[in-house]
Amino acid sequence: MLKRVHFPASALPYLLVAPQILITVIFFIWPASQAVYQSFLIEDAFGLSSEFVWFENYQVLWDDDQYFDTFWRTIVFSACVAVLSMGAALILAAFADRVVRGATAYRTLLIWPYAVAPVLAGALWVFMFNPTLGIFPYMLDMVGIDWNHYLNGTQAMMLVIIAAAWKQIAYNFLFYLAAMQSIPRSVIEAAAIDGAGPMRRFKDFIFPLISPTTFFLLVINAVYAFFDTFGIIHAVTQGGPANSTTILVYKVFNDGFIGLDLGGSAAQSVILMFLVITMTVVQFRYVERKVEY
Amino acid sequence: MVENRPILGVISHLVLILGVVIVALPIWITFVASTHDAVRMTQVPIPLLPGSHFIENFKETLFGTGLSSSAGAPVWRMLLNSMTMALMIAFGKISISLISAFAIVYFKFPFRMGFFWMIFITLMLPVEVRILPTFEVVANLGMLNSYWGLSIPLIASATATFMFRQVFLTIPDEMLESARIDGAGPMRFFWDILIPLSRTNIAALFVILFIYGWNQYLWPLLITTDSDMTTIVVSIKQMLEAAEQSPKWNIIMMTALLAMIPPVFVVVAMQRLFVQGLTETDK
Amino acid sequence: MATITLKDLVKAYGDTEVLHHVAADIQDGEFLVIVGPSGCGKSTLLRMIAGLETVTSGEVSIGDRMVNKLEPADRDIAMVFQNYALYPHMSVRENMAYGLKIRKIDKGEINRRVEEAADILELRPYLDRKPRQLSGGQRQRVAMGRAIVRDPQVFLFDEPLSNLDAKLRVQMRLEIRKLQQKLGVTSIYVTHDQVEAMTLGDRLMVLNGGYVEQLGTPIELYDRPATVFVAGFIGSPAMNLITVEASENQLKLPNGAYLEGGNDLGKVTLGIRPEHLVSDGIGPIRVTVQLFEQLGANTLLHGVLEGTDCDIVASLPGHVSASAGTVMCFSVQAQNLHIFDIQTGKRIGA
Repeated sequence: MLKRVHFPASALPYLLVAPQILITVIFFIWPASQAVYQSFLIEDAFGLSSEFVWFENYQVLWDDDQYFDTFWRTIVFSACVAVLSMGAALILAAFADRVVRGATAYRTLLIWPYAVAPVLAGALWVFMFNPTLGIFPYMLDMVGIDWNHYLNGTQAMMLVIIAAAWKQIAYNFLFYLAAMQSIPRSVIEAAAIDGAGPMRRFKDFIFPLISPTTFFLLVINAVYAFFDTFGIIHAVTQGGPANSTTILVYKVFNDGFIGLDLGGSAAQSVILMFLVITMTVVQFRYVERKVEY
Repeated sequence: MVENRPILGVISHLVLILGVVIVALPIWITFVASTHDAVRMTQVPIPLLPGSHFIENFKETLFGTGLSSSAGAPVWRMLLNSMTMALMIAFGKISISLISAFAIVYFKFPFRMGFFWMIFITLMLPVEVRILPTFEVVANLGMLNSYWGLSIPLIASATATFMFRQVFLTIPDEMLESARIDGAGPMRFFWDILIPLSRTNIAALFVILFIYGWNQYLWPLLITTDSDMTTIVVSIKQMLEAAEQSPKWNIIMMTALLAMIPPVFVVVAMQRLFVQGLTETDK
Repeated sequence: MATITLKDLVKAYGDTEVLHHVAADIQDGEFLVIVGPSGCGKSTLLRMIAGLETVTSGEVSIGDRMVNKLEPADRDIAMVFQNYALYPHMSVRENMAYGLKIRKIDKGEINRRVEEAADILELRPYLDRKPRQLSGGQRQRVAMGRAIVRDPQVFLFDEPLSNLDAKLRVQMRLEIRKLQQKLGVTSIYVTHDQVEAMTLGDRLMVLNGGYVEQLGTPIELYDRPATVFVAGFIGSPAMNLITVEASENQLKLPNGAYLEGGNDLGKVTLGIRPEHLVSDGIGPIRVTVQLFEQLGANTLLHGVLEGTDCDIVASLPGHVSASAGTVMCFSVQAQNLHIFDIQTGKRIGA
């Protein structure tokens, strides 16, 4: 944290941190505290007056089955995205790690979904799954499956999961590949001399040795699925049909900007902030622990 | 690899090729759709091989009316908006993070740790969770529908500050001592020594932040009501809505293609920096 | 060129004093080596002279200027760091020129001085290379060059050779000495290596635990170490230190044998250098051999005082061998006996 030597004290360091601090206060700390404050208020129907109601907004959420459904849905959604995306990335990385020639070429071809905006990813997949035009419904129809995510909530959920997982594969792949390549070759060679075949080596050595990366990616993917998938959902389903793809972030937006329930939306924001802080703390604990290795 | 099993080598390549195909499929379909005319794109099954209307669609999308009735601004204007926003965010974040990390690492001053934690907090609060009050602040400051409103609220960055702090901490103390004996003051040291030594980190971070800025969605969606300020990424959603009435998929997909080319180009062309940036900012 | 005066210098971090009242007068053109084990405060002392550490109390003067409050850049010093601290993104030329450039010295003059220094250090062919393209010895030379071009009143060296391999270290040691004699610049050199200290310094300052144990020429330190610490630190292999009973003109060794010398002092520490043990069939010091180290020109004998577990090392000329367990006898000339107070560690008598 500290350098042994410093420049002598002056006003300069204050000037240097000023821009960052100013922006942090104006656009982060102030709005966040506003969110907390608003979560204790209820506005009347015309937005003319508001009443301080302590935890009533939270109480309403607590009693709201729909909110719990959303919560649960968000968790299922995140878990599916994480498992699908990390699983695919793990398999690809394991094979890419084996390939001596062309590993970089494969990497190049696999990483660019990272650069595609979530909303674009949504647009691409919604086009491919367009019930009348899309290539996949056309193929599914041949095996007797009727695809229409505009009507079928489960199918809508599957579509947003696929789109979200697709976009995240690149990220997971990079981290898994880096982790595997940082395992000392000698460990793997020793295992091979001990008679462990490729599958065995993966199960007994590679997978356990990259478990810190797996944990790290789990947290990152959870944060991603919780917050960064807004664009995908907004483009693909707008939370529908019948709220079947409404996740927490989408609900904050929907209740606040569309439903204009400021207090309720603010209370949801505050709950999300706690979630983010928890995840960040977990992530930092992990980073700290990792430093000790 | 450890043993010589050609079969396994072949399987590896097959699996990887399959992976590449799956990952690339959406982009391929997009590209194919952008090369056909509107009529062909309404017939089932849609084509899987490129057609001959690429240039035509390209011109119509970029300069022509395109879907202007619904989307408003021409696509080139939106590309320009996106580019401006992405560059402002990337430069802004890097600049203010560099100087604040410099202050925190190389000066000892009261409230130093307080400032550090204040910056740290921003890491915990993604824009999505405090969207409404932040919107109000920007509205009250009269920054709606402006490049400032698009970029400034997003340029405070704990991650970048952390990363530069980390980079500065790895620079040996002797570098500063030597510079002091040579007579360099703080700002001189910053420009002559620190910036050149952090060059690759800055470039790596730039790649990540450019993509981050370009791909912003919710924020520009909310604060740009004027269609002249719309970014290309936001416009896709509006086009999708319009598609329900007049499905000009060739134009929509051409727009999507244009929207993803700059960030994809940056990632592929600067792959090494991109990988470095990704692993540095997140660890 | 300048003298350096250290007056009652103290450094404390909070309540912990790490340097205790250090005083020294360094002559114009003198080469002073500060030597001591790691953590003894020698680097801190050097950095206080450089202005990189604040002075808690006392005074540092360079020439007749008190420099306590001056910035390092204003003290007219140059420093060579342990890891050289070359600016990795600048060429050798730019590295050497940087300090001059900041001082806004005329371009032509900068070039002249850089090239002159490059000639002295034989760095001409490397002027446009980056530090990472140079070998360890070359980097070391660039660090020296950066000091030379400044034409300072004082050179400060902070263990500049410790990152080099043994052979290069010996070579660079000679070069530094030659260079310093040629330029005649007052120099202070910090090292933990006593051989380096002995060969380089006009005078040595031995630091231990923040105290100055002794300040003197290499020969003074070798011949008349002021404390047990200096006795053990200077000279290789290290001096044998034995606790003995001193009575009227007799020193009683732990195994009961007697040496001549000493006063009625009770328990004292007796120091004998390995090279002063002379093989003598009837000598009073009987040593049970454990093993020999053959060094070619001489042989090191490791053993114990017969009948005790008190370790003895003797350095014998030529080739010697005997089987383990044999007893060999030695004598010592009286002027080669060093006697120290067992409590304070201070030297007693001449």
